[in-house]
Amino acid sequence: MFDQTPAGLPAAPGVGYKPQHFSDILEDAAPVGWLEIHAENYMGDGGRPLAQLRHLSERFPISVHGVGLSIGGEGPLDPDHLARLKHLVGWLNPASFSEHLAWSTHDSHFLNDLLPLPYTEKALARMADHIDQVQEVLGRQMLLENPSSYLAFAESTMSETDFLREIARRTGCGLLLDVNNVFVSATNLGYSPVGYIDDYPLDVVKEIHLGGHDEDEDDHGAPLLIDSHGRAVVDPVWALLDETLSRTGPRPLLIEWDTDVPDWSTLRAEAKRAQDALSKVTA
Amino acid sequence: MTGQATFRTALLDASQPTPGGLTDGQGRPAGRRYDVYRNNVAVSLAEALETGFPTIAKLIGPGNFRAVAARFLRASPPSSPLMMRYGAGFAEFLETVKPLAHLGYLPDVARLELALRRSFHAADHTQADPAILQDLDDDALMACRMRLAPSVAVLRSAWPVVSIWAFNMRPGSPKPQARPEEAVILRAEFDPEPNVLPMGGADFLEALIRGDSFGSAMAAAGEDFDVGAVLSLLLGHRAITGIDFEDTP
Repeated sequence: MFDQTPAGLPAAPGVGYKPQHFSDILEDAAPVGWLEIHAENYMGDGGRPLAQLRHLSERFPISVHGVGLSIGGEGPLDPDHLARLKHLVGWLNPASFSEHLAWSTHDSHFLNDLLPLPYTEKALARMADHIDQVQEVLGRQMLLENPSSYLAFAESTMSETDFLREIARRTGCGLLLDVNNVFVSATNLGYSPVGYIDDYPLDVVKEIHLGGHDEDEDDHGAPLLIDSHGRAVVDPVWALLDETLSRTGPRPLLIEWDTDVPDWSTLRAEAKRAQDALSKVTA
Repeated sequence: MTGQATFRTALLDASQPTPGGLTDGQGRPAGRRYDVYRNNVAVSLAEALETGFPTIAKLIGPGNFRAVAARFLRASPPSSPLMMRYGAGFAEFLETVKPLAHLGYLPDVARLELALRRSFHAADHTQADPAILQDLDDDALMACRMRLAPSVAVLRSAWPVVSIWAFNMRPGSPKPQARPEEAVILRAEFDPEPNVLPMGGADFLEALIRGDSFGSAMAAAGEDFDVGAVLSLLLGHRAITGIDFEDTP
Protein backbone atom coordinates (compact mmCIF):
# COMPACT_ATOMS: atom_id res chain seq x y z
CA MET A 1 0.00 0.00 0.00
CA PHE A 2 2.92 2.37 0.74
CA ASP A 3 6.26 2.88 -1.03
CA GLN A 4 8.35 3.08 2.10
CA THR A 5 8.26 0.37 4.74
CA PRO A 6 10.42 1.62 7.60
CA ALA A 7 11.50 -0.84 10.23
CA GLY A 8 9.21 0.78 12.81
CA LEU A 9 9.95 1.75 16.39
CA PRO A 10 11.22 -0.85 18.86
CA ALA A 11 8.86 -1.95 21.66
CA ALA A 12 11.06 -0.07 24.11
CA PRO A 13 10.92 3.26 25.97
CA GLY A 14 11.79 6.45 24.11
CA VAL A 15 11.75 10.11 25.09
CA GLY A 16 10.87 13.37 23.41
CA TYR A 17 14.26 14.79 22.38
CA LYS A 18 15.33 18.13 23.86
CA PRO A 19 18.52 19.81 22.57
CA GLN A 20 19.75 20.47 26.13
CA HIS A 21 20.09 16.69 26.58
CA PHE A 22 22.24 16.15 23.48
CA SER A 23 25.58 15.55 25.28
CA ASP A 24 24.00 13.56 28.13
CA ILE A 25 22.30 11.21 25.68
CA LEU A 26 25.50 10.59 23.73
CA GLU A 27 27.52 10.04 26.92
CA ASP A 28 24.93 7.68 28.42
CA ALA A 29 26.08 4.08 27.97
CA ALA A 30 22.50 2.77 28.08
CA PRO A 31 20.20 5.65 27.19
CA VAL A 32 16.78 4.95 25.65
CA GLY A 33 15.54 2.81 22.79
CA TRP A 34 14.52 5.66 20.50
CA LEU A 35 13.86 9.40 20.28
CA GLU A 36 10.91 11.45 19.11
CA ILE A 37 11.28 14.92 17.58
CA HIS A 38 8.71 17.55 16.73
CA ALA A 39 8.82 17.85 12.94
CA GLU A 40 8.43 21.63 12.87
CA ASN A 41 11.62 22.22 14.90
CA TYR A 42 13.69 20.58 12.16
CA MET A 43 12.42 22.44 9.13
CA GLY A 44 15.09 25.13 9.04
CA ASP A 45 17.72 25.17 6.29
CA GLY A 46 20.67 24.10 8.44
CA GLY A 47 22.56 24.83 11.64
CA ARG A 48 22.77 22.97 14.93
CA PRO A 49 19.23 21.46 15.04
CA LEU A 50 19.72 19.54 11.79
CA ALA A 51 23.34 18.63 12.63
CA GLN A 52 22.22 17.16 15.97
CA LEU A 53 19.37 15.29 14.33
CA ARG A 54 21.68 13.76 11.69
CA HIS A 55 24.03 12.69 14.47
CA LEU A 56 21.29 11.19 16.65
CA SER A 57 19.68 9.39 13.72
CA GLU A 58 22.88 7.39 13.21
CA ARG A 59 22.46 5.91 16.67
CA PHE A 60 18.73 5.93 17.47
CA PRO A 61 15.51 5.09 15.66
CA ILE A 62 13.72 8.43 15.26
CA SER A 63 9.99 9.11 15.40
CA VAL A 64 8.88 12.30 13.65
CA HIS A 65 5.88 13.75 15.47
CA GLY A 66 4.13 16.60 13.67
CA VAL A 67 2.33 19.34 15.57
CA GLY A 68 1.52 21.76 12.76
CA LEU A 69 -0.19 19.94 9.90
CA SER A 70 -3.72 20.74 11.11
CA ILE A 71 -5.13 17.49 9.74
CA GLY A 72 -8.48 18.19 11.40
CA GLY A 73 -8.75 21.62 9.79
CA GLU A 74 -11.84 22.62 7.78
CA GLY A 75 -9.63 24.01 5.04
CA PRO A 76 -7.21 22.15 2.77
CA LEU A 77 -3.80 21.05 4.07
CA ASP A 78 -1.03 23.62 3.61
CA PRO A 79 0.87 22.39 0.53
CA ASP A 80 4.06 24.20 1.61
CA HIS A 81 4.00 22.49 4.97
CA LEU A 82 3.29 19.13 3.41
CA ALA A 83 6.28 19.66 1.10
CA ARG A 84 8.52 20.51 4.08
CA LEU A 85 7.34 17.35 5.81
CA LYS A 86 8.02 15.26 2.71
CA HIS A 87 11.54 16.69 2.58
CA LEU A 88 12.23 15.91 6.27
CA VAL A 89 10.78 12.40 6.11
CA GLY A 90 12.60 11.86 2.82
CA TRP A 91 16.14 12.53 4.04
CA LEU A 92 15.70 11.24 7.60
CA ASN A 93 13.67 8.12 6.75
CA PRO A 94 12.38 7.95 10.33
CA ALA A 95 11.01 4.80 11.94
CA SER A 96 7.61 6.46 12.32
CA PHE A 97 5.59 9.56 11.45
CA SER A 98 2.65 10.65 13.56
CA GLU A 99 0.25 13.59 13.84
CA HIS A 100 -2.82 14.60 15.82
CA LEU A 101 -6.59 14.32 15.73
CA ALA A 102 -6.79 18.12 15.94
CA TRP A 103 -6.59 21.35 13.98
CA SER A 104 -4.28 24.30 14.52
CA THR A 105 -4.54 26.46 11.39
CA HIS A 106 -7.52 28.39 10.07
CA ASP A 107 -7.38 30.89 7.20
CA SER A 108 -3.57 30.52 7.24
CA HIS A 109 -3.38 31.64 10.87
CA PHE A 110 -1.47 29.10 12.91
CA LEU A 111 -2.58 29.02 16.56
CA ASN A 112 0.17 26.79 18.02
CA ASP A 113 -2.27 24.59 19.92
CA LEU A 114 -4.05 21.31 19.21
CA LEU A 115 -7.69 22.35 18.86
CA PRO A 116 -10.72 20.04 19.07
CA LEU A 117 -13.26 19.02 16.44
CA PRO A 118 -16.71 17.50 16.57
CA TYR A 119 -17.06 13.80 15.89
CA THR A 120 -19.42 13.89 12.92
CA GLU A 121 -19.58 12.12 9.55
CA LYS A 122 -18.55 15.35 7.84
CA ALA A 123 -15.46 15.82 10.04
CA LEU A 124 -14.61 12.14 9.61
CA ALA A 125 -14.75 12.32 5.81
CA ARG A 126 -12.61 15.46 5.73
CA MET A 127 -10.06 14.04 8.16
CA ALA A 128 -9.84 10.77 6.22
CA ASP A 129 -9.25 12.71 2.98
CA HIS A 130 -6.44 14.67 4.65
CA ILE A 131 -4.81 11.51 5.99
CA ASP A 132 -5.05 9.87 2.57
CA GLN A 133 -3.27 12.92 1.15
CA VAL A 134 -0.52 12.86 3.82
CA GLN A 135 0.13 9.14 3.35
CA GLU A 136 0.20 9.55 -0.41
CA VAL A 137 2.65 12.47 -0.30
CA LEU A 138 4.91 10.83 2.30
CA GLY A 139 4.61 7.40 0.70
CA ARG A 140 4.14 5.75 4.06
CA GLN A 141 1.64 4.97 6.78
CA MET A 142 1.13 7.63 9.44
CA LEU A 143 -0.08 7.27 13.01
CA LEU A 144 -2.89 9.43 14.41
CA GLU A 145 -2.94 10.47 18.08
CA ASN A 146 -6.04 10.86 20.27
CA PRO A 147 -6.40 14.34 21.79
CA SER A 148 -6.65 15.72 25.31
CA SER A 149 -10.16 17.17 25.56
CA TYR A 150 -11.38 19.98 27.79
CA LEU A 151 -14.84 20.20 26.27
CA ALA A 152 -17.22 18.31 23.99
CA PHE A 153 -19.24 19.34 20.91
CA ALA A 154 -23.02 19.13 21.16
CA GLU A 155 -23.13 18.24 17.47
CA SER A 156 -20.96 15.10 17.82
CA THR A 157 -22.76 11.98 16.63
CA MET A 158 -20.19 9.32 17.51
CA SER A 159 -17.67 8.54 20.21
CA GLU A 160 -14.00 9.41 19.85
CA THR A 161 -13.08 5.72 19.75
CA ASP A 162 -15.59 5.04 16.95
CA PHE A 163 -14.26 8.09 15.09
CA LEU A 164 -10.66 6.83 15.36
CA ARG A 165 -11.59 3.25 14.44
CA GLU A 166 -13.39 4.40 11.30
CA ILE A 167 -10.53 6.71 10.27
CA ALA A 168 -8.04 3.88 10.65
CA ARG A 169 -10.33 1.57 8.67
CA ARG A 170 -10.85 4.04 5.81
CA THR A 171 -7.26 5.26 5.50
CA GLY A 172 -5.11 2.38 6.69
CA CYS A 173 -3.36 4.71 9.15
CA GLY A 174 -2.11 3.38 12.46
CA LEU A 175 -2.96 4.89 15.84
CA LEU A 176 -0.82 6.48 18.50
CA LEU A 177 -2.56 5.95 21.83
CA ASP A 178 -1.72 8.64 24.39
CA VAL A 179 -2.84 7.16 27.71
CA ASN A 180 -2.30 10.44 29.55
CA ASN A 181 -4.66 12.08 27.05
CA VAL A 182 -7.17 9.30 27.72
CA PHE A 183 -6.93 9.94 31.46
CA VAL A 184 -7.18 13.72 31.02
CA SER A 185 -10.16 13.54 28.63
CA ALA A 186 -11.98 10.89 30.66
CA THR A 187 -11.60 12.93 33.85
CA ASN A 188 -12.61 16.17 32.15
CA LEU A 189 -15.63 14.78 30.31
CA GLY A 190 -16.77 12.34 32.97
CA TYR A 191 -16.27 8.90 31.47
CA SER A 192 -14.23 5.86 32.46
CA PRO A 193 -10.65 5.72 31.11
CA VAL A 194 -10.69 1.93 31.20
CA GLY A 195 -14.02 1.98 29.37
CA TYR A 196 -12.33 4.10 26.67
CA ILE A 197 -9.54 1.52 26.36
CA ASP A 198 -12.25 -1.20 26.16
CA ASP A 199 -13.73 0.58 23.14
CA TYR A 200 -10.44 1.56 21.50
CA PRO A 201 -9.21 -0.25 18.37
CA LEU A 202 -6.07 -1.55 20.10
CA ASP A 203 -5.14 -3.79 17.18
CA VAL A 204 -3.85 -0.81 15.18
CA VAL A 205 -1.90 0.86 18.04
CA LYS A 206 1.73 1.23 16.98
CA GLU A 207 2.95 3.62 19.69
CA ILE A 208 1.89 4.74 23.17
CA HIS A 209 2.51 8.19 24.70
CA LEU A 210 2.85 9.06 28.39
CA GLY A 211 3.15 12.53 29.89
CA GLY A 212 2.38 14.68 32.90
CA HIS A 213 -0.64 16.95 33.39
CA ASP A 214 -1.69 19.84 35.64
CA GLU A 215 -4.83 19.98 37.77
CA ASP A 216 -7.46 22.75 37.69
CA GLU A 217 -11.24 23.05 38.17
CA ASP A 218 -14.10 24.04 35.88
CA ASP A 219 -16.93 26.52 36.68
CA HIS A 220 -18.70 23.90 38.81
CA GLY A 221 -15.67 22.82 40.82
CA ALA A 222 -15.30 19.63 38.78
CA PRO A 223 -11.70 18.54 38.12
CA LEU A 224 -10.23 19.94 34.92
CA LEU A 225 -6.91 18.36 33.98
CA ILE A 226 -4.56 20.24 31.65
CA ASP A 227 -2.25 18.28 29.34
CA SER A 228 0.88 20.33 30.10
CA HIS A 229 3.72 17.82 29.57
CA GLY A 230 5.47 19.68 32.36
CA ARG A 231 5.88 17.08 35.10
CA ALA A 232 6.20 13.36 35.89
CA VAL A 233 3.55 10.85 34.81
CA VAL A 234 1.05 10.27 37.66
CA ASP A 235 0.32 6.84 39.15
CA PRO A 236 -3.22 6.46 37.72
CA VAL A 237 -1.75 6.97 34.22
CA TRP A 238 0.92 4.32 34.86
CA ALA A 239 -1.90 2.02 35.99
CA LEU A 240 -3.82 2.78 32.79
CA LEU A 241 -0.65 1.96 30.83
CA ASP A 242 -0.39 -1.42 32.59
CA GLU A 243 -4.03 -2.09 31.76
CA THR A 244 -3.42 -1.16 28.11
CA LEU A 245 -0.21 -3.16 27.73
CA SER A 246 -1.88 -6.23 29.23
CA ARG A 247 -4.17 -6.17 26.18
CA THR A 248 -1.80 -4.98 23.43
CA GLY A 249 1.44 -6.65 24.49
CA PRO A 250 4.69 -4.64 24.29
CA ARG A 251 4.55 -1.42 22.28
CA PRO A 252 6.95 1.50 21.73
CA LEU A 253 6.41 3.81 24.76
CA LEU A 254 7.24 7.53 24.77
CA ILE A 255 7.77 9.89 27.70
CA GLU A 256 6.76 13.44 26.71
CA TRP A 257 8.16 16.25 28.85
CA ASP A 258 8.01 19.53 26.92
CA THR A 259 7.79 22.34 29.51
CA ASP A 260 9.89 22.80 32.65
CA VAL A 261 12.14 20.20 31.02
CA PRO A 262 14.06 18.28 33.73
CA ASP A 263 17.67 17.11 33.67
CA TRP A 264 18.51 13.97 31.74
CA SER A 265 18.65 11.69 34.78
CA THR A 266 15.06 12.62 35.78
CA LEU A 267 13.78 12.02 32.27
CA ARG A 268 15.69 8.75 32.06
CA ALA A 269 14.17 7.63 35.37
CA GLU A 270 10.72 8.07 33.77
CA ALA A 271 11.88 6.02 30.78
CA LYS A 272 13.13 3.35 33.20
CA ARG A 273 9.67 3.19 34.75
CA ALA A 274 8.25 2.67 31.26
CA GLN A 275 10.77 -0.13 30.76
CA ASP A 276 9.53 -1.74 33.99
CA ALA A 277 5.96 -1.58 32.66
CA LEU A 278 7.07 -3.28 29.43
CA SER A 279 8.94 -5.97 31.38
CA LYS A 280 5.67 -7.02 33.03
CA VAL A 281 4.05 -7.99 29.74
CA THR A 282 4.99 -10.57 27.18
CA ALA A 283 4.67 -10.31 23.46
CA MET B 1 -22.57 23.85 14.57
CA THR B 2 -19.42 25.38 15.96
CA GLY B 3 -17.24 26.17 12.98
CA GLN B 4 -13.50 26.67 13.21
CA ALA B 5 -13.82 30.33 12.17
CA THR B 6 -15.96 31.04 15.26
CA PHE B 7 -13.75 28.93 17.47
CA ARG B 8 -10.62 30.70 16.21
CA THR B 9 -11.99 34.27 16.50
CA ALA B 10 -12.99 33.85 20.13
CA LEU B 11 -9.64 32.22 20.93
CA LEU B 12 -7.77 35.40 20.16
CA ASP B 13 -10.39 37.83 21.47
CA ALA B 14 -11.32 37.37 25.12
CA SER B 15 -14.13 39.93 24.73
CA GLN B 16 -15.96 37.45 22.48
CA PRO B 17 -18.34 35.07 24.27
CA THR B 18 -17.49 31.37 24.44
CA PRO B 19 -18.76 29.82 21.19
CA GLY B 20 -22.07 27.98 21.48
CA GLY B 21 -22.47 24.24 21.02
CA LEU B 22 -19.59 23.42 23.37
CA THR B 23 -20.31 21.44 26.53
CA ASP B 24 -18.59 19.91 29.54
CA GLY B 25 -19.52 16.44 28.33
CA GLN B 26 -22.52 16.39 30.69
CA GLY B 27 -24.66 18.79 28.68
CA ARG B 28 -23.70 21.94 30.58
CA PRO B 29 -22.08 24.86 28.71
CA ALA B 30 -18.31 24.54 28.42
CA GLY B 31 -17.72 27.87 30.20
CA ARG B 32 -14.15 28.31 31.31
CA ARG B 33 -13.14 24.98 29.78
CA TYR B 34 -12.91 26.92 26.51
CA ASP B 35 -10.47 29.27 28.26
CA VAL B 36 -7.97 26.41 28.47
CA TYR B 37 -7.53 26.74 24.69
CA ARG B 38 -7.43 30.55 24.92
CA ASN B 39 -4.72 30.27 27.53
CA ASN B 40 -2.74 27.61 25.63
CA VAL B 41 -2.69 29.75 22.50
CA ALA B 42 -1.72 32.98 24.28
CA VAL B 43 0.90 31.41 26.54
CA SER B 44 2.53 29.27 23.86
CA LEU B 45 2.81 32.17 21.41
CA ALA B 46 4.08 34.58 24.07
CA GLU B 47 6.68 32.00 25.12
CA ALA B 48 7.74 31.54 21.51
CA LEU B 49 8.26 35.29 21.22
CA GLU B 50 10.22 35.42 24.46
CA THR B 51 12.42 32.57 23.23
CA GLY B 52 13.03 34.52 20.03
CA PHE B 53 13.58 37.93 21.64
CA PRO B 54 15.31 37.30 24.99
CA THR B 55 17.15 40.65 24.96
CA ILE B 56 13.90 42.60 24.48
CA ALA B 57 12.38 40.63 27.38
CA LYS B 58 15.38 41.51 29.54
CA LEU B 59 15.35 45.18 28.54
CA ILE B 60 11.67 45.80 29.33
CA GLY B 61 11.18 43.11 31.99
CA PRO B 62 9.12 39.90 31.77
CA GLY B 63 5.84 41.52 32.85
CA ASN B 64 6.00 44.24 30.22
CA PHE B 65 7.14 41.71 27.64
CA ARG B 66 4.10 39.51 28.27
CA ALA B 67 1.81 42.54 27.90
CA VAL B 68 3.45 43.56 24.62
CA ALA B 69 3.47 39.95 23.38
CA ALA B 70 -0.26 39.61 24.18
CA ARG B 71 -1.01 42.57 21.92
CA PHE B 72 1.36 41.42 19.16
CA LEU B 73 0.10 37.84 18.97
CA ARG B 74 -3.48 39.09 18.58
CA ALA B 75 -2.48 41.60 15.90
CA SER B 76 -0.13 39.15 14.13
CA PRO B 77 -0.84 35.48 14.80
CA PRO B 78 1.70 33.20 13.11
CA SER B 79 1.20 32.68 9.39
CA SER B 80 3.20 29.42 9.45
CA PRO B 81 3.48 26.40 11.76
CA LEU B 82 7.24 27.03 11.94
CA MET B 83 7.63 28.85 15.25
CA MET B 84 11.29 29.44 14.38
CA ARG B 85 9.94 32.06 11.95
CA TYR B 86 7.45 33.71 14.31
CA GLY B 87 7.94 37.39 15.11
CA ALA B 88 9.16 38.63 11.71
CA GLY B 89 7.12 41.82 12.23
CA PHE B 90 7.87 42.25 15.94
CA ALA B 91 10.40 45.08 15.47
CA GLU B 92 7.93 47.12 13.40
CA PHE B 93 5.24 46.42 16.00
CA LEU B 94 7.50 47.69 18.79
CA GLU B 95 7.80 50.99 16.90
CA THR B 96 4.05 51.49 17.42
CA VAL B 97 3.96 50.76 21.16
CA LYS B 98 3.67 54.25 22.66
CA PRO B 99 4.65 53.40 26.26
CA LEU B 100 7.97 52.07 24.89
CA ALA B 101 8.66 55.09 22.67
CA HIS B 102 11.33 56.38 25.09
CA LEU B 103 13.37 53.21 24.42
CA GLY B 104 14.06 54.13 20.82
CA TYR B 105 16.64 51.38 20.34
CA LEU B 106 14.22 48.50 21.05
CA PRO B 107 13.08 47.92 17.44
CA ASP B 108 16.68 47.68 16.23
CA VAL B 109 17.59 45.28 19.06
CA ALA B 110 14.60 43.17 17.93
CA ARG B 111 15.88 43.29 14.34
CA LEU B 112 19.26 42.09 15.57
CA GLU B 113 17.68 39.20 17.51
CA LEU B 114 15.57 38.20 14.49
CA ALA B 115 18.69 38.27 12.28
CA LEU B 116 20.57 36.11 14.81
CA ARG B 117 17.71 33.58 14.79
CA ARG B 118 17.61 33.48 10.98
CA SER B 119 21.36 33.00 10.90
CA PHE B 120 21.07 30.14 13.41
CA HIS B 121 18.70 28.26 11.08
CA ALA B 122 20.42 29.26 7.80
CA ALA B 123 21.89 26.62 5.50
CA ASP B 124 25.30 25.20 6.36
CA HIS B 125 28.22 26.14 4.16
CA THR B 126 31.78 25.22 3.31
CA GLN B 127 34.49 27.82 3.42
CA ALA B 128 36.46 28.65 0.29
CA ASP B 129 40.18 27.94 0.56
CA PRO B 130 41.66 31.14 2.11
CA ALA B 131 44.92 30.50 0.24
CA ILE B 132 43.18 31.62 -2.97
CA LEU B 133 43.09 35.18 -1.61
CA GLN B 134 46.77 35.20 -0.73
CA ASP B 135 47.75 34.24 -4.26
CA LEU B 136 45.79 37.05 -5.93
CA ASP B 137 47.47 40.13 -7.34
CA ASP B 138 45.70 43.46 -6.77
CA ASP B 139 43.95 43.52 -10.14
CA ALA B 140 42.58 40.01 -9.73
CA LEU B 141 41.43 40.78 -6.18
CA MET B 142 39.61 43.94 -7.28
CA ALA B 143 37.89 42.04 -10.12
CA CYS B 144 36.79 38.98 -8.17
CA ARG B 145 33.35 38.42 -6.65
CA MET B 146 33.05 36.86 -3.21
CA ARG B 147 30.19 34.67 -2.18
CA LEU B 148 29.29 34.84 1.50
CA ALA B 149 27.61 32.19 3.66
CA PRO B 150 23.78 32.17 3.86
CA SER B 151 24.16 32.77 7.63
CA VAL B 152 25.78 36.19 7.05
CA ALA B 153 23.55 39.22 7.68
CA VAL B 154 24.26 42.96 7.72
CA LEU B 155 22.48 45.48 9.98
CA ARG B 156 22.63 49.26 10.33
CA SER B 157 21.37 51.14 13.33
CA ALA B 158 21.33 54.71 14.61
CA TRP B 159 21.85 53.08 18.02
CA PRO B 160 24.73 51.08 19.54
CA VAL B 161 22.65 47.99 18.85
CA VAL B 162 25.42 45.38 19.14
CA SER B 163 26.79 46.96 22.32
CA ILE B 164 23.31 47.00 23.87
CA TRP B 165 22.82 43.35 22.93
CA ALA B 166 26.24 42.34 24.30
CA PHE B 167 25.80 44.34 27.52
CA ASN B 168 22.61 42.39 28.23
CA MET B 169 23.52 38.97 26.90
CA ARG B 170 27.29 38.64 27.41
CA PRO B 171 28.33 39.25 31.04
CA GLY B 172 31.36 41.51 31.38
CA SER B 173 30.66 43.46 28.18
CA PRO B 174 31.29 47.22 28.47
CA LYS B 175 28.49 49.72 28.91
CA PRO B 176 27.17 50.88 25.49
CA GLN B 177 28.40 54.28 24.28
CA ALA B 178 25.93 56.51 22.43
CA ARG B 179 26.83 56.03 18.75
CA PRO B 180 25.39 54.48 15.62
CA GLU B 181 26.56 50.94 14.85
CA GLU B 182 26.78 48.84 11.71
CA ALA B 183 27.02 45.12 12.30
CA VAL B 184 27.59 41.84 10.55
CA ILE B 185 26.25 38.56 11.92
CA LEU B 186 28.65 35.69 11.35
CA ARG B 187 28.24 32.00 12.17
CA ALA B 188 31.53 30.12 12.14
CA GLU B 189 29.85 26.80 12.93
CA PHE B 190 26.50 26.84 14.74
CA ASP B 191 26.44 29.92 16.97
CA PRO B 192 25.83 33.26 15.23
CA GLU B 193 27.46 36.34 16.79
CA PRO B 194 27.04 40.02 15.92
CA ASN B 195 30.24 41.94 15.16
CA VAL B 196 30.55 45.73 14.99
CA LEU B 197 31.82 46.86 11.58
CA PRO B 198 34.23 49.70 10.88
CA MET B 199 32.78 52.70 9.02
CA GLY B 200 31.78 51.74 5.49
CA GLY B 201 31.62 48.04 6.39
CA ALA B 202 27.87 47.68 5.81
CA ASP B 203 28.14 49.31 2.36
CA PHE B 204 31.06 47.01 1.54
CA LEU B 205 29.36 43.78 2.62
CA GLU B 206 26.00 44.64 1.08
CA ALA B 207 27.80 45.25 -2.22
CA LEU B 208 29.51 41.83 -1.97
CA ILE B 209 26.20 40.14 -1.13
CA ARG B 210 24.60 41.87 -4.15
CA GLY B 211 27.29 40.28 -6.31
CA ASP B 212 29.36 43.41 -7.00
CA SER B 213 33.07 42.96 -7.61
CA PHE B 214 35.50 43.41 -4.73
CA GLY B 215 36.66 46.69 -6.31
CA SER B 216 33.11 48.03 -6.56
CA ALA B 217 32.46 47.04 -2.97
CA MET B 218 35.61 48.90 -1.90
CA ALA B 219 34.43 51.98 -3.79
CA ALA B 220 31.01 51.73 -2.11
CA ALA B 221 32.69 51.65 1.30
CA GLY B 222 34.47 54.96 0.67
CA GLU B 223 37.90 56.22 1.58
CA ASP B 224 39.53 55.28 4.90
CA PHE B 225 37.63 51.98 4.93
CA ASP B 226 39.54 49.34 6.92
CA VAL B 227 39.11 46.45 4.51
CA GLY B 228 41.71 44.38 6.37
CA ALA B 229 39.60 44.36 9.52
CA VAL B 230 36.51 43.17 7.64
CA LEU B 231 38.38 40.49 5.69
CA SER B 232 39.82 39.21 8.99
CA LEU B 233 36.31 38.99 10.43
CA LEU B 234 35.05 37.09 7.37
CA LEU B 235 38.00 34.72 7.26
CA GLY B 236 38.01 34.22 11.05
CA HIS B 237 34.36 33.09 10.85
CA ARG B 238 34.82 31.01 7.68
CA ALA B 239 32.19 33.21 6.03
CA ILE B 240 33.59 33.34 2.46
CA THR B 241 32.16 30.38 0.59
CA GLY B 242 33.42 31.10 -2.90
CA ILE B 243 35.54 33.45 -5.01
CA ASP B 244 34.51 33.80 -8.63
CA PHE B 245 36.65 35.11 -11.46
CA GLU B 246 34.33 34.60 -14.44
CA ASP B 247 32.77 37.65 -16.09
CA THR B 248 35.77 39.71 -15.03
CA PRO B 249 36.45 42.69 -17.30
